[in-house]
Amino acid sequence: MTRQPPEPVQVIKSRRDAALAALLGRVPYINFMGVQFDRRGDELTAILPFKESLIGNPALPALHGGATAAFLEITAIIELGWAAVWPQIEGGTPPDAVPLNLPKTIDITVDYLRTGLPRDAYARAFVTRSGRRYASVRMEAWQDNRARPFAQATGHFLMPDQSRTQG
Amino acid sequence: MPRKLPPKPPHEPTDDAPHAGGALPRDGQAGQAGQAGQAGHHVAFAQQFVQALPHCVALGITLEGVGDGKAVLAMPYQEALIGDPETGVIHGGAVSVLMDTCSGAAVMSHPRAGISTATLDLRIDYMRPAVPGKTITAQAECYHVTRTVAFVRATANDGTSETPVASATGAFTVGRAPTAHKTGDTA
Repeated sequence: MTRQPPEPVQVIKSRRDAALAALLGRVPYINFMGVQFDRRGDELTAILPFKESLIGNPALPALHGGATAAFLEITAIIELGWAAVWPQIEGGTPPDAVPLNLPKTIDITVDYLRTGLPRDAYARAFVTRSGRRYASVRMEAWQDNRARPFAQATGHFLMPDQSRTQG
Repeated sequence: MPRKLPPKPPHEPTDDAPHAGGALPRDGQAGQAGQAGQAGHHVAFAQQFVQALPHCVALGITLEGVGDGKAVLAMPYQEALIGDPETGVIHGGAVSVLMDTCSGAAVMSHPRAGISTATLDLRIDYMRPAVPGKTITAQAECYHVTRTVAFVRATANDGTSETPVASATGAFTVGRAPTAHKTGDTA
C-alpha cells in the first residue's frame, strides 16, 4: 500500500493565502475600505484598521454607521466566497484556476449596538444556511472586547453559479 | 422643500448617542444664523455638515436638498467603489453609507427632531445593480418621530429606471436636550 506523504505546511499555507489574496484583490471597494483578513485554517476574521476617513461623526468621534455596515457586508461576502472555493483549494487546484465569483447581496439588516470607536474593528460572519441559490448569514463586529459587539447584522445573499460545483 | 430651522439650543455634547451612523448633531451657531426663514441657509448648513463627515467626503457624497423630514443625497460613480470587477457595479457597502447618511439627514430635518441622532437599525434591500458610471441619488423620508425614536424609509436610484437600485427602512435615536423631555416638542 502506497501512501502520499503529507504536503509541507508551507506549501499548503501559501496556496491558501494566495487563494484568499486573489479573492480580496478582485474587489476595489475592499481595498478602498482597507479591510484585511486574518486566516487560521479555513476560519476568517475581518479586520478594519482605523483610519480618519472612516469617521462619520467628528464630534464624538465615531465610525460612520455606513462604514460599519459595509465592513459587515464585506465580511459576509468574503466568508461565502471563501467557503465556496475552499474545497477546490484543498483539492489541489492552483489558486489562479479557481473560479472567484462572489455572491451578491439581496438584503442586509444592521443593528447598531454601541458607538464604533476610532480604533480597529474586527468581524466574523457565520453562515447559517448556504443553499445552491441563497445563503443566510449572521455577522458580528467588535473592537476591544469580543464579548461586547458594537454591531451585528443578518443578510441574504445570492450565490454565484460556479459555487454549485462544490456539490 | 427646504424649511427654516427651529430655534436651536446652544451646542451641547451628544454623548448619549449610542452610535454615529448618520449622526447629524445640530450646530447652535449655524442654527442661529439660519433663522428668519432663510431656507437657503438650512441647505447650506446641512451641506456643510455632510462635507464635514470624513467618510462622506471619501465617498464623494454631496447633499442635494434637505428639509421637513426629507433629504436628498448624491454619490457619484468612482472606480474605487466597485464591488464586482466583472461588471463594474458599485459595492453595496457604499450604497449603505449613502442610505445611512441620507436617512440621518432626513431625521435631523424633521420639525420634531432632537439635537442629535444615531442609527439604531437599518435594513437595505438591493433590488437591482446600479448602472456603472451613473451617480446614485438617495431620497429619505422621516415619516414618524416619537419622543425617543425616528422612523425612516429611503430609496436609491441611478436615474436609469423607475425601479430603485435599493430601498431601506431604519430606526434612529432622537437625542433630546435634558430639558426637552417634559414637552417632547419644544417648538
